[in-house]
Amino acid sequence: MSPLTSTASIMTEALWGWPPPVLDPAGPYAESVTVLSWALFAMGLFVTAIVVAALWVALKGPARLKAKIGGEKVVGIGGIAFPAVVLTGLLIWGLTLTASLTKPITGEEMRIRVTGEMWWFRVEYLGPSGDVLFEDANEVHIPVGQPVVFELTSADVIHSFWVPNLSGKKDMIPGRTTLLRVEADRAGRFGGVCAEYCGGPHALMGFVAVAHEREEWSEWLTSRTAPRDGTGAAGRGRELFMESGCAACHRVAGTEAGGRAGPDLTHIGSRLTLGAGILPNHRGTLIGWIGDSQSIKPGNRMPSYDQLPAEDLHALAAWLEQQK
Amino acid sequence: MSSETGFDTRLYERFPTSEPRPEGELEELQRIWAAPRGLKLLTAVNNNYVGFWYVATSLLFFLLAGILALGMRVQLAAPMQEFLDQETYNQFFTMHGTVMMFLFAVPAVEAIGIMLLPQMLAARDLPFPRLSAYAFWAYLVGGLAFFCSIFVGLAPDGGWFMYPPLTSKAFSPGLNADFWLLGIGFIEISAIAGAVEIIVGVLKTRAPNMTLDRMPMFAWAMLVFAVMIVVAFPSVILCTLLLEIERAFNWPFFDPTRGGDPLLWQHLFWFFGHPEVYIIFIPAAGLMSMMVATVARTELVGYRLNVLALVATGFISFGVWAHHMFATDMPRVSSGYFSAASMAVSLPAGIQVFCWIATLASGKVLKWSTPALFVVGSIVTFTMGGLTGVMLGMVPFDWQVHDTYFVVAHLHYVLIGGMVFPMFAALYYWTPMTSRKPLSERLGRWVFWLMFTGMHVTFLPMHLTGLMGMPRRVYTYLPGREIDLLNLTSTIGAFTIAAGVLLFLFDLARNFRFTTEHDAGNVYGGGTLEWLPTGLYSVRSIPVVRSRDPLWDDPSISGDVEEGRYFLPNAPTGTRETLITSPIKAEPEYIQLMPGPSPWPLAAAVFTAGFFLALTVQAYAFGVFSGVLAVLSVLRWLWETDRPVKMSEADVGAGIVLPIAITGPRSHGWWALNVLMVVIGMIGVMAIFAYLYLYGIHPEVWSAPPALGQTALIVALNVLVLGLSWGGRKWLEKRAGQYANDGPWALEMLGTAVLAGALYLDISGWLGTGLQPTASGMGATVFMLMALQGQVVAVSLVMAIYLAFREARGLLTTPRNVTMDVVARFIAYSALQGIVFALVPRLFPGS
Repeated sequence: MSPLTSTASIMTEALWGWPPPVLDPAGPYAESVTVLSWALFAMGLFVTAIVVAALWVALKGPARLKAKIGGEKVVGIGGIAFPAVVLTGLLIWGLTLTASLTKPITGEEMRIRVTGEMWWFRVEYLGPSGDVLFEDANEVHIPVGQPVVFELTSADVIHSFWVPNLSGKKDMIPGRTTLLRVEADRAGRFGGVCAEYCGGPHALMGFVAVAHEREEWSEWLTSRTAPRDGTGAAGRGRELFMESGCAACHRVAGTEAGGRAGPDLTHIGSRLTLGAGILPNHRGTLIGWIGDSQSIKPGNRMPSYDQLPAEDLHALAAWLEQQK
Repeated sequence: MSSETGFDTRLYERFPTSEPRPEGELEELQRIWAAPRGLKLLTAVNNNYVGFWYVATSLLFFLLAGILALGMRVQLAAPMQEFLDQETYNQFFTMHGTVMMFLFAVPAVEAIGIMLLPQMLAARDLPFPRLSAYAFWAYLVGGLAFFCSIFVGLAPDGGWFMYPPLTSKAFSPGLNADFWLLGIGFIEISAIAGAVEIIVGVLKTRAPNMTLDRMPMFAWAMLVFAVMIVVAFPSVILCTLLLEIERAFNWPFFDPTRGGDPLLWQHLFWFFGHPEVYIIFIPAAGLMSMMVATVARTELVGYRLNVLALVATGFISFGVWAHHMFATDMPRVSSGYFSAASMAVSLPAGIQVFCWIATLASGKVLKWSTPALFVVGSIVTFTMGGLTGVMLGMVPFDWQVHDTYFVVAHLHYVLIGGMVFPMFAALYYWTPMTSRKPLSERLGRWVFWLMFTGMHVTFLPMHLTGLMGMPRRVYTYLPGREIDLLNLTSTIGAFTIAAGVLLFLFDLARNFRFTTEHDAGNVYGGGTLEWLPTGLYSVRSIPVVRSRDPLWDDPSISGDVEEGRYFLPNAPTGTRETLITSPIKAEPEYIQLMPGPSPWPLAAAVFTAGFFLALTVQAYAFGVFSGVLAVLSVLRWLWETDRPVKMSEADVGAGIVLPIAITGPRSHGWWALNVLMVVIGMIGVMAIFAYLYLYGIHPEVWSAPPALGQTALIVALNVLVLGLSWGGRKWLEKRAGQYANDGPWALEMLGTAVLAGALYLDISGWLGTGLQPTASGMGATVFMLMALQGQVVAVSLVMAIYLAFREARGLLTTPRNVTMDVVARFIAYSALQGIVFALVPRLFPGS
């Protein structure tokens, strides 16, 4: 049994499940699509009912009714006129909605750059001039009631960015930047995934979107931008981090760990998940992930540190937990 | 009534004839068409055998891909299962999609076409039996070799649409992707060979007076199908070629860091990939139309509307490809256009569905036979899939459910409802045509209900699974997402389908006994010509067709056909032959001599497969060896065309005399060559598209083209080639006597040399500007055009040498000759392509 089985459910319940997130919008961009979705389902059921009813009449119905649909007229009505009207209506709705969902970006919106990497998300919060304010990974935080533009791109293969509660998905394409505007109208934690198959453990590439109410948002922002003493209690854990190779790939602001290949761990202690949205974050999962990431998420780019003795793993995890 | 060809249509009144036919004619037909025995049966090229093998092989791949699906469903039955590991699962889903699309669906409908068309059109065989045989063997050998990659862990794992950069060398360094690119590239050749056969077969080998308006709906569907293959498949051939070249030689077509673009692949792939769906659906719809009519015992309601719908589907389906790309951030205008087109394409589908319903309603008797069950099940299922398709055509909704299980549900509803159910209906319906016993109606009922229930239990919940956020192509999912039960349900459904298929196999094993002579006959009471009594030679005599359902309208037709009271009741030349008729009104034009059993198509297919396989595993020396043998095998098989015949015309019955083996625009060879040139031309068009597309995306990597003066020289040389190729043919026409042996070949050879010279100038011109194929998207696409031109020049050269050989052996008949026609026209085509390829990239100034 995989280590995921025992632990993941603790975290994921809050993020996923019933009601289906596509039909449970948390903002205007998702909401208009939810309305459209219900209309489409109604249309689908209605037309299926008509076709099944017509089939029933054709096969078992009374002769008088049968005669009515046994000619080219029914083809003209059911196969041409009716669909043409319905489809035209839908098309107009679809085009209008598309237009309103892709309103030009004003430049006033808050910007977050998210880069898909095999198999996690690099997140950079941008200043007004496009400079990187601070970096994070596998988690996006946004304020409620304020439009946010995601600048999406990829460092390797094509990925796709999808938080169904907030909006439809947008591909992350190497060599291009795609823009996705979202807005949350209620606070909450929403599950996100990579939707485009990107090889290997694509199935285990997720993230969390967190929408904060105003005050909470400024608190969160302060916690990210405040200067860090940055190190937590010095000791064995920190030493191990610097010496065992962790620092070569991971950055922890305020320390000499400056690796860029893997997720930024400056705030790992306050992150909701580990392994790109797949494990809840606590001491136990931290130890499990460091010691055996390859059997939790086979093929991911972080080697299992199974050569480290248990007490070292504990020390590492303890230090990481302090990086809030 | 006006005539299309000058044939006096009043002559049809002479049929059926009343005089008894001479003794021994039937025996002679049997002798001429007899199949070789024992191992030599493998050299058979007759459609009864090849079509049967072809259908059987496609079913084999259906089973194999189905087994992969069961493996996937077991893995997904519960969260975090470890039945299949990640790598294996990724190979399984890629292979499931690829095998179902390329090795099952397209070949299956093509196979059914090859099996049924000659019978439906009352032709003795399709016009190029050896080409069908080649298509079949290439498919069998290539398909099996490709499938075996999964047993050694080398199966492709990039998804069936193989998006780069995931599939480029950097992220897929193994041979897995190469197996896909070369394996599928090869199988597409087989599909195109089949399409050429079907287009010419439908247009040129129909029974006399079977005007387009009286053609069975399946023949219409196959015509549209084949034309779509010819237009769509070149695009995927080109993009597989581009990706393979990028992988092997580092030409950056899809690499954004060097002025390539990953979306170029998506455009090229989906330009093929969406029509592909209709390529699969249209023939099945044709089968449906025919079975619905029989089930309801009445003529199809809305025949012309149905034809219109098929043709419209074909057209519109080429304008919807980018609806697979809505999430890539397309400009609003484009997404609006593709959304509208995607809605529009559902109209013809609606027309067909209501034609079928109306036909069922206007029918008299309805027996709940197995085909009837599958037909009705298909209508319901396909309608539901079509409706979710309309939903997906709505851009904002697509953004939500794109790449989720909602799409998985949608595509299986469309493909199972639109193709698999009709195919099973067809298997039950047409089995009596080729088996001593029909399949069991009792078992058939069970097969249907198991498959139908299983289908909906599997895929209906997936709509919800998708809305709940489950992306497609995941080898596992996390617990606690409340999708466990939905997934388990889908797994149970999948095994229910499997039980239905297993029962079908049992039915086949118990009841199916292949035969060409003593079939079970018209069990379901169809009205079209395939239900005439037949032998290996097809029908004894080829009837004059006076309505859409001749067997219903003329009860005596079967007897008259069997007594030889119609066209070609014998074999006047003493060899295999069929009647060639005109494309619109099917007026008799000439007698085509048909080839008998030949080992060369088989050899050519095996060596072509060897060539591609060797390229895949990078055994280049063996590849070249195998490739040369493949070319030699093809040439050896072609050697028998233009056979000298003693007689130039023959009586085809009722005193009507037709010529034998003509050339020019009326001949079936002329049609086939033109179709083939459309294929090659489409590859060129798509290559030019690739060039222009990258120019649009990355103009910054464009550099200045070579000087203009040199361009004029290249164009002039190619114009000279046009003159030479035309001159060679004229020379042949001027020759007196029966054979030419004094030089027309030389002009064609000279033409090829000039072609090569022009290409050399073109390439050196670009190299002179400092452009390198590996440097940029511009370099890659420009030199790709040169590479494609190099291919046609090489083929021209082989053709010219072949022509020289034939002339030297005194096999070049005058004044005209199919070999000469083909060679001269191909060289002329090469020259035209050379001009276009030289001009286009020089028109786009870079800095």
